[in-house]
Amino acid sequence: MTKRALFAALALITAMALLAGCGPRGPETIKIGLDIPLTGDIAYVGVQSQRAAEMKVEDINGAGGLQVGDQVYQIELVIEDNESKAESAVAAATKLIIQDQVLAIVGPQASKQAVPTGEVCNEHETPMISPWSTNPNTTLNRPWVFRACFLDPFQGPVMANFITEEFGYTKAAVLYDVASDYPKGLAEFFKAAWEELHGEGSVVAFESFTTGDTDFSAQLTKIKASDAEFLFTPQYYNEVPLIVKQARELGLDFPIFGSDSWGDPKTLELCGEACEGLYFSTHYAAEGAVGATKEFIDRYYDKYGEVPGDVAALTWDAMGILLQAIQNTGGLTGDIAADRRAVRDQLAQIRDYEGITGRMSFTEEGDPIKCAVIVKIEGGKFTFYRQVCP
Amino acid sequence: MSFSIFMQYLLNALQWGSFYALIALGYTMVYGVLLLINFAHGDIFMVGAYIGFFIATFLLGLVGGALPNWVILAITILGAMVLTAGVGVTIERVAYRPLRERGAHRLYVVITALMIGIFLEYLNLSLLGAADRGFPELISTTIYDLGGVSLTNTKVLVICLSILVMIGLEMFLRSTKVGMAMRAISYDRMAVPLMGVPVNTIITATFVIGSSLAALAGIMFGSAYHVLSFDMGILIGWKAFISAVVGGIGEIRGAMAGGFLLGFVEIFVVALGQIPGLEFLSSTYRDLIAFTILLLILTFRPTGLFGVARRQKV
Repeated sequence: MTKRALFAALALITAMALLAGCGPRGPETIKIGLDIPLTGDIAYVGVQSQRAAEMKVEDINGAGGLQVGDQVYQIELVIEDNESKAESAVAAATKLIIQDQVLAIVGPQASKQAVPTGEVCNEHETPMISPWSTNPNTTLNRPWVFRACFLDPFQGPVMANFITEEFGYTKAAVLYDVASDYPKGLAEFFKAAWEELHGEGSVVAFESFTTGDTDFSAQLTKIKASDAEFLFTPQYYNEVPLIVKQARELGLDFPIFGSDSWGDPKTLELCGEACEGLYFSTHYAAEGAVGATKEFIDRYYDKYGEVPGDVAALTWDAMGILLQAIQNTGGLTGDIAADRRAVRDQLAQIRDYEGITGRMSFTEEGDPIKCAVIVKIEGGKFTFYRQVCP
Repeated sequence: MSFSIFMQYLLNALQWGSFYALIALGYTMVYGVLLLINFAHGDIFMVGAYIGFFIATFLLGLVGGALPNWVILAITILGAMVLTAGVGVTIERVAYRPLRERGAHRLYVVITALMIGIFLEYLNLSLLGAADRGFPELISTTIYDLGGVSLTNTKVLVICLSILVMIGLEMFLRSTKVGMAMRAISYDRMAVPLMGVPVNTIITATFVIGSSLAALAGIMFGSAYHVLSFDMGILIGWKAFISAVVGGIGEIRGAMAGGFLLGFVEIFVVALGQIPGLEFLSSTYRDLIAFTILLLILTFRPTGLFGVARRQKV
């Protein structure tokens, strides 16, 4: 169909709707776009996202539809593959917005695709929720863009609170890679949060190294000489085993804490026994989950024979938040631009949404304030320990 | 800084310096004989560690439990040293010797060495993937606490083995024919071949020794740090090369001294921050200060600690 024919058809439909004069009556279905990677290097992320989104839609449609104001709608998913590429994600979003006339977009997942796509959605005034992108730039200065996960820096205060409440420690040591954005940012946010709780100078050792280093004995000896009660190290799975094992070999037997970058099966494989009993913060934990989270995991497992990853859980929540916002509009007009604006305004006002990855409220920036999950490494597995709120 | 903490830093520095020294030996030996900076040497260290990983894993699967682990470790070290020596010699035969025989300028051989290094890294990456490997724990770590100083059996083994190897190498160079030929070539590479010394055999021997020492360092590294990755040889290789230069490249004792010196400087710069008044010196400044010290050494002794300035005849 050419563009002109498309516009003609749209004009005709609009004219008919106007002629019919049915007032509050709009279309019978609501279209939601999914901009996800079904091929390419993170294809598995897309597969999980699609499953979670389809489960949500089946739930709603199976129960008769979504009640918005005084009308019931069926939900229709329009799925576009972004090939794990930034440019394809932008093209897919443009198609969803202009050609498919979706009400809102869920996705893309990785920050690499979500950051440029956010710009397109913002320009076209279409609400977008990225379930999984943690880079601050995705939502920065973009009123139309939201996300369902917390930001990288957010874990700093979360861990500071958790360690204080659970262990009552007051003196912290931090070891991080000064040459890598994620650990460096997180280490600084943790330090700030810890000093806010326990006063200036309560981070007694703030040590760094650079990417590629393998010997941390000097930094760890310095930490040993300080009177730190624990170590916080927001590093990746390849450094965590090195740090933990070297700390133990130097006779440091205090607890060591980390962040969501620990949450890779490789951590367990490379670290083995040495990491038993350690804690880190993350989005969600499948092992040991309770309540609605457990219900979701069980249903997903029954249907697909696999345990859902954090991206599936976050997509489920992103869909849930979006549907909630659509309901909160109190009725759709059928004018897509006005409806999109109404949905955006409602998204921005979401407060205390009970998701399976925690309770969320959106900030001005479109980032959720939500609780994180603390995972304990136990029996060679990542197990749910408890939830911590900032 | 209390005495026990100081001793702890000292032990850390000895272990870390051992790795630099063992790798620096390979750089300096090849340079002594060939005037070639073998930039692939850091990656030969990586290859040695991986060969050791595969031998150890294979043996553990085959006879694990039947043989005590120290026997497996000994076989792993010997096997990896032999195989890595083969890799080193092959590289010399395939990549460096043809260039040398065609009379290529040394610069081209150095560039070839850089390329071989990158080739080895990406060969590993494409064959084994980007995922890191965990080196099997052949010696289960025991931690000794000596009045606040923590010591592991691995640490003792690393330090002792590297010191033994260096003494052995020094004896080899002093008292065997091949060793004397190596020193002779590095002393005068025009006259010595004319005296009937088989240069190519001596070069091969140099690569055998250098590569097998790198393999030993690789296995020690695997035992001490447990994690192997395809790029593990890059940074440590560069730093070992720098320590070889600071020690005086071409000089065996220089490589040892340079290696331990760099290890000490890196560890103790971090420790500086504990001295009252120097608290602002965080570990972030480690490399900056460490390499400033090395630069200063080279400014005052451009040929390195043990290097002797040699006049070139035109």
